[in-house]
Formats: sequence, C-alpha cells, structure tokens
Amino acid sequence: MIKIFWAFVKKEIYHIIRDRRTLLILFGMPVVQVLLFGYAVTNEFQDTKIDILDLSRDKVSFQLIQHIKSSGHFEINQVLRSEQQMEQGFKEGKTKLVMIIPNDFSANFYNKDATVIQLITDGSDPNNANTLVQYASSMIADFQQERFQQNTNPFQVKIETRMLYNPQLESAYNFIPGTIALILLIISAMMTSLTIAREKELGTMEILLVSPLPPLLIILGKVTPYAILSFIDAVLVIVLGVFVFNVPIVGSLFFLLAMCLLYVVTALSLGTLISTVSKTQQDAMMRSLMGLMMPSMMLSGFIFPLASMPVILQYLGKIIPTTYFIEILKGIMLRGVGLNFIIFEIAVLTGMTLFFLLMTWRNFKIRLE
Amino acid sequence: MCPNFLNIQQSKNFKQMKILGYLIQKEFIQILRNKALLPLMTILPIIQLIVLSNAASNEVKNVNIVVVDLDRSEFSRLLNRKIVASPEFSLVATPYNKGEAVDYIQANKADIILEIPHNFEKDYLRGEQATLQILANAINGQQATVGSGYLNSIISSFNQELLAEIPAFQLASKKVSSNSIIVASRNWYNPELNYTDFMVPGILAELTALLTIILTAMNVVREREIGTIEQINVTPIKKWQFILGKLVPFLCVGLLLLTVGLTAGKLIFDIPMEGSLLLIFGYAIVNLIAVLGLGLLISNFADTQQQAIFVAFFFVLIFILMCGLFTPIDSMPKWAQYATIPNPLAQFISVSRKVLMKGSGFSDIKLEFLYTFLLAIIFNTLAIWSYKKQE
Repeated sequence: MIKIFWAFVKKEIYHIIRDRRTLLILFGMPVVQVLLFGYAVTNEFQDTKIDILDLSRDKVSFQLIQHIKSSGHFEINQVLRSEQQMEQGFKEGKTKLVMIIPNDFSANFYNKDATVIQLITDGSDPNNANTLVQYASSMIADFQQERFQQNTNPFQVKIETRMLYNPQLESAYNFIPGTIALILLIISAMMTSLTIAREKELGTMEILLVSPLPPLLIILGKVTPYAILSFIDAVLVIVLGVFVFNVPIVGSLFFLLAMCLLYVVTALSLGTLISTVSKTQQDAMMRSLMGLMMPSMMLSGFIFPLASMPVILQYLGKIIPTTYFIEILKGIMLRGVGLNFIIFEIAVLTGMTLFFLLMTWRNFKIRLE
Repeated sequence: MCPNFLNIQQSKNFKQMKILGYLIQKEFIQILRNKALLPLMTILPIIQLIVLSNAASNEVKNVNIVVVDLDRSEFSRLLNRKIVASPEFSLVATPYNKGEAVDYIQANKADIILEIPHNFEKDYLRGEQATLQILANAINGQQATVGSGYLNSIISSFNQELLAEIPAFQLASKKVSSNSIIVASRNWYNPELNYTDFMVPGILAELTALLTIILTAMNVVREREIGTIEQINVTPIKKWQFILGKLVPFLCVGLLLLTVGLTAGKLIFDIPMEGSLLLIFGYAIVNLIAVLGLGLLISNFADTQQQAIFVAFFFVLIFILMCGLFTPIDSMPKWAQYATIPNPLAQFISVSRKVLMKGSGFSDIKLEFLYTFLLAIIFNTLAIWSYKKQE
C-alpha cells in the first residue's frame, strides 16, 4: 500500500515539476512579496511634497520654512501667492499639505502672543493626513523650542520609553510572520483546491476513483507534495527574514517549524474542503480567493490592527485560522514564548483543523453524480 | 472607386461585426449559464466591499495597558485614574511586580506597560526628575509609537495639572512659557477623516481589477484545456475578433460590478461623489480594457488554468501592495514610485479618489488617462499578437 501511495505522490510531483511557470511563481511570489514589504511598502515617509502659503514673508517665517525643509520629511513643492492657489495642488494630487503662515507671524512670535499656523491636509487619504499633521506640528514645536531655549522646570515627570522586542521599530518584524501565513495559505489551500477541481474538470478524477486506491489515499497523495512545497516556502521566507531583514528567532526553531506544519495541515484541509464543493477550477478559484484569501489578508490583523475594527469584524477575525497562526508565529519568533503562553491559540487552531477535516470527510464523494 | 466595390466592402464590414456580435453573445451565454460563478462574481465582491471597508484603518483605537504601581501614592492613583478615563486605553490589570506585567505582554494580552516606581511622588515633590517607565510591545512599530504617544500626552497633561493645582508650584509654572504657536489643522475633502470615504473607492477598484483580471486570465486557457478553442481556430474568425469577443463581455461584468459597488457605497457609506460620474465611468472603461488586456495576455501564454491563475495572482498581489491603498505611494522610495506608473490599479485608485472626493476635472487626471490609455493599447496589441490560431 505504501508503495502505491508513493507512486501516486511521485505522479503528483511530476505534475508540479513539469509546470515550470507555476513552480517559478510559487518560489518567486514569497520572495517578491517579502522584498516589496521590506523595501517599498512602508508607512514611514520622506520627501512628501507640501505647499506653503507664506503671508508673512520675513526672516522668521523664512527660517521656519528652512527648518521644515531640513528634516528630509518634507519637500517644498511650491510657495503660494494667495489662497486661491491652494486648491489646485490638491486637485492635481501634487501636494499633500499646505502650511499657512499668518502675516503677523514674526511680530507675535517674539511677543509670545498666540499666533496660529494653519495646516491644511488632503483628507482623501486619512491615514496619511494624520501622520503628516503630527510630523509637521512636532517640527513647528521643535522650531519654537530652538528659538527660546526654554528654562527648564524642575518639577517634570520624565518618561523613559522602551520598545520591547523591536527597539529599532523595523517593519519587517511585523510583516514576516504575516507573509509566512499568507504564503502558506495561498499554496496549500489555493493550490490543492485547484488541483483537485482540475482533476474533476478534466474527468481524470473518475479514473482515480475507480482505481484500487482508497479515496483517502488519493487525497493524501494529492496534498502531500503541496505540503512539502509550502513548507519549503515557509522556510524560505524565514531565511529571508533572518538574513536580509535581521528578524530574530527568539524562541525555539523546532517549535516554530512544528507550528508551521500544523498550519499547513489546516490550510490543506481548507483547500480540500473547498474542492469538494466546487465543480470547476474557476469555481474553486473564486471561492478560495474571495472566501479565504481576502478575509485572511484583511481581518487577521496582518495589515490592519484587529483591535481598532468594529466589534463584528473582530469576531469575524476570530474565526479565521490565520489570526491564530500569526499570533503563534509572533509569539515564538519575536517574543520567544514557550508552549504555556500560546496554548490557547494552538488549541483553537488544532480544533479548527479537526473541524475542517471532519467536514471534508463528510463532503467528499467517492461516487460520480 | 466604383460604388459597387464600396458596397461589397460595407457588407463585408457588416459581416465581420456580426461575427463579433455572435462571439459576444456566446460569451454572455456562458457567463450567465454558470450558476455557481454568477453569485461569486456579483454578491461576494459587494459583501467584501462592505466588510473590508470597515476593516481597513490604521487608526489605533484601543490600547490594552498594564499599570504597575509600585508607589501607591496619591499622585500615582491620580495618574491611574486619568489613564482609565481616557478612551484610548483599557486597563487590563494592575500587578505588583514588573515580571508579572511582562507576562501579560508575552501572552499578548497587553500592548503597553506603565511602571510607576517607588518614591515617584517623593522624587517629584523634591524636584528630582521623577521617572516613569513605558514598555511597549513594538512588534508593530507604528502602533507602538502611536500607543506610547497617547500615554505620553496623558502624562504630560497630568504633569500640567499637578503644576496648576499645587500652589507651591504655581510660581514655577509661570516660568514655563506657554505655547505661543498654535497649530490648527484642517482636513479638506474629508474634514472628519472618515476612513470609509477613502477606502470604499479604493477597495472597489481593487476588487473590480482582481475579478476581471482573473476571470479573463482563466478564460482563453480554459477553452484550450477543454479543447473548444480548436473549434474556434478552424473557423474564419479573425484574431482581433476573438480577443474583442472575450474583452467586451468581461468589460460589461466589470462595469456592472463598479455600478453596483458605487451604488452600495453611496447607500451604505454615503461616500462623497464630488466630481462627474461620467468621468469616472469613462476612465473605468479605459482602465478595465487595460486590465482585461493583461488578463488575456496571461491567458494566451499559460498552458493550464492553474498556471494562469498563479501568474495573474502574482501580478494582482504586486498591484495591490503597490497601489497606494494601504500605504501611501509618497512614502515609497523613488524607484518604487516610478514602478507604480504601469500599475493600472494605482492609476484607478488615484483617479477615483481625485474625482469622487476632490471633484477633480478631466484636466487634473489627464496624466492618469494617458498612462492607462497607453497600457490598454500595449496590453491588447500584445494579446492579439500572441494569440496564435495554429499551434
């Protein structure tokens, strides 16, 4: 029996290896994704183009503008002449923020009378608008502090802030676990659902079902190569994270890999479950893409924090296996915790896997319709 | 030219158009016949639109905090109360030693720890720089920064209050010059910084592109896999007719999805529609043609549906990551910013944001129009060229 099983696995491996392009994508995708996340997709910004409406036009306002420029975060796109010009930059998308310096700026500045600098942002991108205002106001405050070396008040609370686990605030620490989870899901769940749906569509499933192999072995034989493949990909992402982005593995590597294996099984069972309910590859594709990929990407806390979402979505996030897997990964890789801290997440993930396997078992039809 | 020849030419053209009409009809019948695919193509994206638009915000609304109060003085209790009262924080626990507090972070039950040391009150009253310690879980760096920023501002307002309330300090507090520059910020186009206003058009553009690119990428290769493409190849159907016959039906699907999505966005989220809808749809047609051309191109080169999906998915993933929806394009390095120019999704999102939220006119989006138009021509020419009737 073992021999037949291996023959079957071998057949499946031939199928995969023969298809060079898919293979290239399977290994290229994680690499490109990690590199893009690492180098291109960041929330940190520099050289944001801003406009300045300087109504004061004197030495102090000029110095303030220089100060803003010197930081490297902002680049002056244009110095405006009048308020009428403000809107044009926003509409063309050439500027993200307009700073308005009032005409009595320098006089009030030295008299310490209140003077109002207006910051107008392009609210069509709220995340960006928020950050820009924060940066700009802290730079204005800096400027002010530099001008008047404020006499320090002894009655001050000093605050020491320590950033645990990630003192450099590297974004890689956050996206490496997320990418592993996503890649495993894409390969294990999407690939298996497609490959089984393909056999159905082409009619070769019938040939397999009438063969002396028990259906369970057929499914196992189909998923084993993908399990190996996705596992290799997970290791690839971890290696990239460690050597290119210096993400540490604080906890036990063995434990980490074991958890990856558990998640691979979860994803494979999801993939087979999808394939049992879909008739064509298109069908399987749409189901796994819309029902699995998008929610896992958005609601697992990978890109957007779960805690800030509406309550319903938080509950939705809690029924997605990826949420727990990312939690486990972060726990082992970055916080270096042992079993006792993440036992709950592991239990949930295991429970879900068993549930999916049971569902697959019940839905799998060994007869033709 | 004699009129007779013209007539023949005309009737020939008419015939060609008729063939195209039949091809489109066939495609529509196939789409409508597939009962399983139809809801997946229409209802699911709308559900996604509603759900995901709510999910996508980088705001930090709820920070779980653990306070280790080793001082247990009046001041420390006051600070504690201020933290509990603030909407951003929810107090998880108040253990009596730091080790226990760190365990909360280890188990991911807390995001931030505030430690109030022994003799905090005493040090403060003596003017000896009382020190508070903040420990933040910084795996997500951006959130940690925002969270500790919230806490910093609570502490500094706590400090101000102490200075103002205690008479002995009032002399000292006068010396501290008040902030003479007030920064007032206003957000145009979206004064309340409504996230859904910004996400709905973006996610809609993303879903439309995702759906159409994958459906077309699978389409031609499916005919090849099943073998029906040979039946078409032996007919006198021209290459461009075949490609157009594939393009037009999916263009309609994309436009339908866009219409339904915009309606849902308007009804449910009340997204602004400042600019002309005609402009949006005009641009959407060009954009969809570009995206569909890419899908067909992938399909022509792929051997199996699986391969087509994975190549399409690869492109879509890059498009999504680099489209400016989740992280602004301005924060990318320069090379990456240039790399977004041939990204139809980035162009679509930029246009939808400009037109819907800012009411930009044609002249403001002419660059996007130009780029997308070029992309549409390039992809579709390649798609027609790469479709071979003989193997």
